Amino acid sequence: MIRVILPQHLRTLAQVRGELELEVGAPVTQRSVLDALEVRYPMLRGTIRDHVTLQRRPFLRFFACEEDLTHEPPDAPLPDAVASGAEPLIILGAIAGG
Amino acid sequence: MSRVRVLAGTRKGAFILESDGKREKWDVSGPHFAGWEMYHLKGSPADPNRIYASQTSGWYGQLIQRSDDGGKTWHQPGTPPGEPPVAGPPKAASNKFVYDASADTGKPLTTHQWYDGTQHPWEFKRVWHLEPSLTDPDTVYAGVEDAALFRSTDGGQNWQELAGLRGHGTGPKWQPGAGGMCLHTIILDPSNPNRIFIAISAAGAFRTDDGGKTWRPINKGLYSQYIPDPRAEIGHCVHHVAMNPSRPNVLFMQKHWDVMRSNDAGDNWQEISGNLPTDFGFVIDVHAHEPETIYVVPIKSDSEHFVPDGKLRVFRSRTGGNEWEALTKGLPQRDCYVNVLRDAMAVDSLDKCGVYFGTSGGQVYASADAGDSWAPIVRDLPAVLSVEVQTLP
Repeated sequence: MIRVILPQHLRTLAQVRGELELEVGAPVTQRSVLDALEVRYPMLRGTIRDHVTLQRRPFLRFFACEEDLTHEPPDAPLPDAVASGAEPLIILGAIAGG
Repeated sequence: MSRVRVLAGTRKGAFILESDGKREKWDVSGPHFAGWEMYHLKGSPADPNRIYASQTSGWYGQLIQRSDDGGKTWHQPGTPPGEPPVAGPPKAASNKFVYDASADTGKPLTTHQWYDGTQHPWEFKRVWHLEPSLTDPDTVYAGVEDAALFRSTDGGQNWQELAGLRGHGTGPKWQPGAGGMCLHTIILDPSNPNRIFIAISAAGAFRTDDGGKTWRPINKGLYSQYIPDPRAEIGHCVHHVAMNPSRPNVLFMQKHWDVMRSNDAGDNWQEISGNLPTDFGFVIDVHAHEPETIYVVPIKSDSEHFVPDGKLRVFRSRTGGNEWEALTKGLPQRDCYVNVLRDAMAVDSLDKCGVYFGTSGGQVYASADAGDSWAPIVRDLPAVLSVEVQTLP
């Protein structure tokens, strides 16, 4: 199982608390995790990446294993620790005031 | 006894304020969608329990929310209300606003004018205004940034662009104002279902007479010193337009500067700023029963977006413009420096007509006597983006 941590507003939207777990077939990549996430939680479509271009929304970032994976290609394999479920993929809203 | 329900969208959530017809004691619920920018909420005239809401965020984009019980519960259209998410193919298209690029629905444009004068592709950012149909609760229009008009006929589940507007030949001359290139005003003509008025900052006002297939600019008589040709057909920063449903050919406009009036459905405009202390502002609205009684809230200038002289004053004209009186009873008359944004004023249809507006300081003021006196319903909300009111049986 892949573990994913959403930012607070998206947890509220998806009606989940804490981490969530997803079945994701190999290879485990940003794209395959987000695809599975949006199938399981269709209300998240368009909130993490654009509906049409599937581009990451500019103020969201992806972290795992103490690394910033935001700018990794969407089809690049995520770290083994994420693929094995040892570590979560963290989707994070950029810090901004106001 | 009739009731009123005020729908307030703020920078950090939505609030619903309800009262009986006396409009003295209010129940406040919210924040709904706490932490999100709620640009606009509006109820269906055909079914007051049906309310549409634009929920938006710089981080997470656009969502559309819908209530079928007068704002008690909400759901994204297409997602069953109150039910947990279920596995299955993605079906959340309610926030999918995709510009029409097909060749058979007009002349879709790919660029508009950018701040530096170059051409820039249309990019969807958010929904500024939702306008439910006058007759069908499942039909609703959305005015979006970058400026375009969308329509849903299935209760907000799916949206289609009315591409004839964006495809109008002047599109490359449209440009964003400081707030973005937004379509912020949608007025449906109650006497003619094929006629719709819209307004865009900064392009101007447009009208369709064929249900949205084709559009024409209606800006003759507008004068804007900040554009190269002050009387140009396109480029005016219209802030808001209002109509009394009993006289759908008479329109009132608050422009960037100037308060304007048209007696011929926008074909020609005349200035009616008269004795206003400043004719810059955002809101304008019309009394529900007196079509020559109009309201504005003058703002000091385009550089100083707050009320002049530290006094919050609504100005009312009972003569359709030019002659204005300051309404101050119950409003702060010193040290007040709030703004009132373009969609943040509304009227109810009780007798006497109620008038409501919200401020950047988080106050929502109500007058139960057509503006003669005012009282705050709430004082400390987040900055108010929009105010609408429903008059309920």
